[in-house]
Amino acid sequence: MNVLLDNLGLYMSAFVGTVELFLVAAVGSIIGGLLLAAMRVSPVPVLRAFGTVYINVVRNTPLTLVFFFFAFAYPRLEIFDLSFFARACTALIVYTSAFVCEVVRSGVNTVPVGQAEASRALGFTFGQTLGSIILPQALRSVVPPLTSVEIALLKNTTIAAGFAVFEAGGIYQNLSERGYNVLVGLLWVALGFLILVVPLTLLQRNLERRWSVAR
Amino acid sequence: MTTVLYDAPGPRARRRNLLLGAVGVVVALGAAAFVVYRFAVTGQFDPDVWQWILYKNIQLLLLDALLNTLRAFAVAAVLALVFGAVFAAGRLSDHRWLSGPATAVVEFFRAVPLLILIFIMYFGVSRGLGINVSAFTALVLGLMLYNGSVLAEIFRAGVASLPRGQSEAAYALGMRKTQVMTNVLLPQALRAMLPTIVSQLVVVLKDTALGFIILYPELLYQARFLGSQVQLGSPILPVAMVVAVIYITMCLLLSQFAHYLERRTRRTRPGDPAAPADGTAVEMEQVRVGTP
Repeated sequence: MNVLLDNLGLYMSAFVGTVELFLVAAVGSIIGGLLLAAMRVSPVPVLRAFGTVYINVVRNTPLTLVFFFFAFAYPRLEIFDLSFFARACTALIVYTSAFVCEVVRSGVNTVPVGQAEASRALGFTFGQTLGSIILPQALRSVVPPLTSVEIALLKNTTIAAGFAVFEAGGIYQNLSERGYNVLVGLLWVALGFLILVVPLTLLQRNLERRWSVAR
Repeated sequence: MTTVLYDAPGPRARRRNLLLGAVGVVVALGAAAFVVYRFAVTGQFDPDVWQWILYKNIQLLLLDALLNTLRAFAVAAVLALVFGAVFAAGRLSDHRWLSGPATAVVEFFRAVPLLILIFIMYFGVSRGLGINVSAFTALVLGLMLYNGSVLAEIFRAGVASLPRGQSEAAYALGMRKTQVMTNVLLPQALRAMLPTIVSQLVVVLKDTALGFIILYPELLYQARFLGSQVQLGSPILPVAMVVAVIYITMCLLLSQFAHYLERRTRRTRPGDPAAPADGTAVEMEQVRVGTP
């Protein structure tokens, strides 16, 4: 208990760092994922191909490697100076977007083609079909798995600590400098993550139960 | 081509699509050209930063690193499968005193970030309890606990997704609980879940790269080491590119294998009562994409 109480400030600022990183990357990855998904279901073959290649490459790349690139290799390209925080966010967005895209795409694909055909037959425009027929149905099968992707993102933010972004994964270094028991300190970090992750998991299960469509 | 979103294109839509395609090509090529240009300007294509690739020692070093990666992957994968099987059996048990703790363990290790688990093993246990834990052990144990818990969940979902009639019929034939599980439920569930299991192994392979952070001498670690050698011209980008190609190729191969298994299970579906219904296929895909 002392380890936590004596270093409360350290824990607070570290978890604030984690949450900041998570929020920025979550919003970014959802935007990026939607763009990629739009490409992957579009009727333009080139865009579809680009989306497919991006997804297949990124999903098979270790996140640590993406971080490695943005931490050590990116500065060598001398494009423009980004802070470490911005580079960590970029790495997380590049990686997570691919997973968000897959969730959105498979969600859109769960809507039977007949739904769209019927709405077109009724004379709905593309916008109306998308807005009132397909998206409301797709949303139900997208949001629960999307929540689990974002939970994984929250846990993945810890990797940033391995590359000198200050957040919850980096607490142990400060603790060992201050001479505290690292094991106890790390168990408190684990508990902190439980507190962050468990509500999201419960939300996800709740959504999954209530929103699952019987087809 | 008719999809949910788009009707078969008419002449105007075809023209628009062609235009969009052209714009897409220009943007993609432009971005790629810019990156290549930056590489060229900063001298990443100079022969002297690629010299290292010719040195035999460095080739052996990278090969050794690759073997270290594969060793961690193999050990962690086997341990995770065992861990997953044990805890899935625990969760499926009818005894509250067994399923309760098993559920708690699985939920705990799924909620805690893998890197924190590895840190707990490596820094926490060694400095807090004074037990010497090697980087390899810490990495493998962390991977086992996290992926084992995810696999336990996959196994459990696989058994739970089978039609109730399967176990009911087996009980009606007078089979025991263990017999029902091992002879009826598991063979079907394993087959249906095989692609998901292999996909989870891809995650194990990817996550071995975390060993880099605790200085386990795997590919990424050696890439960092080589990249900081001034006498080689600090070739961090060239080394990173080579290592990236190795990682992505390995993971792609394993993913392709998962994909192949999935197609194979799907092919046998018609008329096969053992195969899961369509709904579970969708759920399975979501399980698969949901664990980055």
